[in-house]
Amino acid sequence: MGWGLRSVYALAAVSLIATGARADTIKVGVIGTMSGPYALFGKNYKMGIDAWVAEHGNKVAGHTVEFVYRDEVSPNPAQSKALAQELIVKEKVQYLAGLYFTPNAMAVAPLLQEAKVPMVVMNAATSSITEKSPYIVRTSFTMFQNTVPAAKVAKQKGATKVAIAVSDYGPGIDAETAFKKTFEAEGGKVVEAVRMPLSTTDFGPIMQRIKNSGADMIFTFLPAGPPTLGFVKAYIDNGLKAGGVKLMSTGDVVTEPDLPNIGEAGLGILSTYHYAVSHDSPENKAFLALLQKGGAKLDEVTMTSVAAYDGARLIYKMIEATSGKSDPDKAIAAVKGMKWVSPRGEVSIDPETRHITQNVYLREVEKVDGKLINRELETFKAQPDWGLAKQ
Amino acid sequence: MRTVFGILPDALAYGMVLFTISIGLSIMMGLMRVVNLAHGAFAMIGGYLASFALVSLGVSYPVAILIAVIGAVIISVPFEFLLYRRIYRKSDELTQILLTIGITFFIVGVANYIFGPTSKPIPLPELLKGPFDLGVRMIPTHRLFVIGCGVVTAVALWLLIEKTEFGVRLRAAVDNGDMAEALGIRTQIVYSATFALAVGLAAFGGVVGAELLPVEPFYALRYMVTFLVVVSVGGAGSVSGALAASLLLGLADTTGKYLAPEFGEFFFYVAVIVIVYIFPHGLFGRAH
Repeated sequence: MGWGLRSVYALAAVSLIATGARADTIKVGVIGTMSGPYALFGKNYKMGIDAWVAEHGNKVAGHTVEFVYRDEVSPNPAQSKALAQELIVKEKVQYLAGLYFTPNAMAVAPLLQEAKVPMVVMNAATSSITEKSPYIVRTSFTMFQNTVPAAKVAKQKGATKVAIAVSDYGPGIDAETAFKKTFEAEGGKVVEAVRMPLSTTDFGPIMQRIKNSGADMIFTFLPAGPPTLGFVKAYIDNGLKAGGVKLMSTGDVVTEPDLPNIGEAGLGILSTYHYAVSHDSPENKAFLALLQKGGAKLDEVTMTSVAAYDGARLIYKMIEATSGKSDPDKAIAAVKGMKWVSPRGEVSIDPETRHITQNVYLREVEKVDGKLINRELETFKAQPDWGLAKQ
Repeated sequence: MRTVFGILPDALAYGMVLFTISIGLSIMMGLMRVVNLAHGAFAMIGGYLASFALVSLGVSYPVAILIAVIGAVIISVPFEFLLYRRIYRKSDELTQILLTIGITFFIVGVANYIFGPTSKPIPLPELLKGPFDLGVRMIPTHRLFVIGCGVVTAVALWLLIEKTEFGVRLRAAVDNGDMAEALGIRTQIVYSATFALAVGLAAFGGVVGAELLPVEPFYALRYMVTFLVVVSVGGAGSVSGALAASLLLGLADTTGKYLAPEFGEFFFYVAVIVIVYIFPHGLFGRAH
């Protein structure tokens, strides 16, 4: 190799290193359900993040933040893990976010420590997820968090014999456990517990089983999406509603975009949840206005937009705290104990569990100005994740 | 007894949905010897058309069914003219499978592109909404309608194939195409008409069965196995076989879901294995 050529190589190497140091774009990989039956919730991730960026710009501590989206479609852990790997290795993302389904989030968790990448979970709701890696924070909710108040309300409303019907996977089993434990501690009785496969589309037989069990209330959880509509319809059409069996659920079963399809027959369904689009606060009004400005339709807003909006807030904070460098320990330490007023009310990040502490509301489906909404009736203040919290 | 009455009406309704959709496939496979894996896709097209007609055009439920059936048949014409015509009877099964699975993916992609990835509602008319009191239990009114549709379809098809001129021509064209041709039966027309009939039945089933098998872009792939199973259990080409298979499998599936919902479709497939073991050619099938 001649002297000239060698100096060219050296020059090239120097310039490469230089561009490496100057790289000032920080990438955030978002894995969400961008297509398939759950696409609405992935769209809400994007709506929420876009709203945050519209409000606060895309520059943090002198660095440009770029969100890169990947599509997880369905509960498919292997695929989500591959997506996360691709984002880390090829796209060189400094943060991961999103994850709609628990099994998918669980599959990504082992990568975080090795790759030194913090992850903000924006939906997946099994309690144990944050235990899988010290680099996980969650801005959504957990089943325990929403279900413990549901069981208390059930008892207050006079239910004595409850049938539980949940989807047969992590969050469903969490919901069942949380409800059973709380409800029995309050002195109630669980007379039936059905675990429904995620692929169930025909809920008729399950309704018959519940009916025959003599329960006076059903508690249910299914992941927000198409099957919830089928479940509520089966509840009504099999005469359980007419027969006086009450329906109590987490808010997943009555997300706002589904309410028009459930129709007036859904009036009076009770649920406990951390966010209703109708939540009456100046922060929520401003948030919804931001979403609409970004081209979102109000009828399509779900809880994942709020989780994504607050998730983006955490990511900005982490970038600020580390001045854009990759330092996951410092980043996570910066958001522990963080407090702010979210569109859903006052929230904070529990420094122990790295899960969001927030209000849970009891809501009832009501018709206001010709539109079905979840009207908040009662507030359970500052609920921790009852699944992880030391009680 | 309460358990039996709890299960039977649901089993009957589910069985009838399976029958209404699968019978078209059974006719194609049994009489025309075409393994049409795109059958579920045509049922899906029917569902989408009905949903679009009801939600966006605001027509009534019966009109929406008509639009779905006629629309699906019209959409299937170019497929029939350009592709299916080449694979009636003579082609080998691998070619048929590759071609029709290709068509399925094509339709799934187009449906996803036009209608988006979410499942589509097919709102029911007031008459079919809500519960109906059978005395022993309440049942969704819509399920009674589905059962009625299944019975009417079965009777009409049996009459058509066994008792009419068209049925005679069809069976002649199938049993010995060249001879039928020589006798002045225009087999190509008979085949095309049968194909249209199969597509129309699929679309009809797709619409009336949408409460049990919701319409979404992966419908065509998700339920195709179920429809194929019904045909293989019943014996291809036999109306009574398809009916018996649908009801039996509907019963197995619904009973399983009632007694042990956490097992999912386990009992459905156990039933399939048992039946196919005892009747290798299907319940009413003929050995070829």
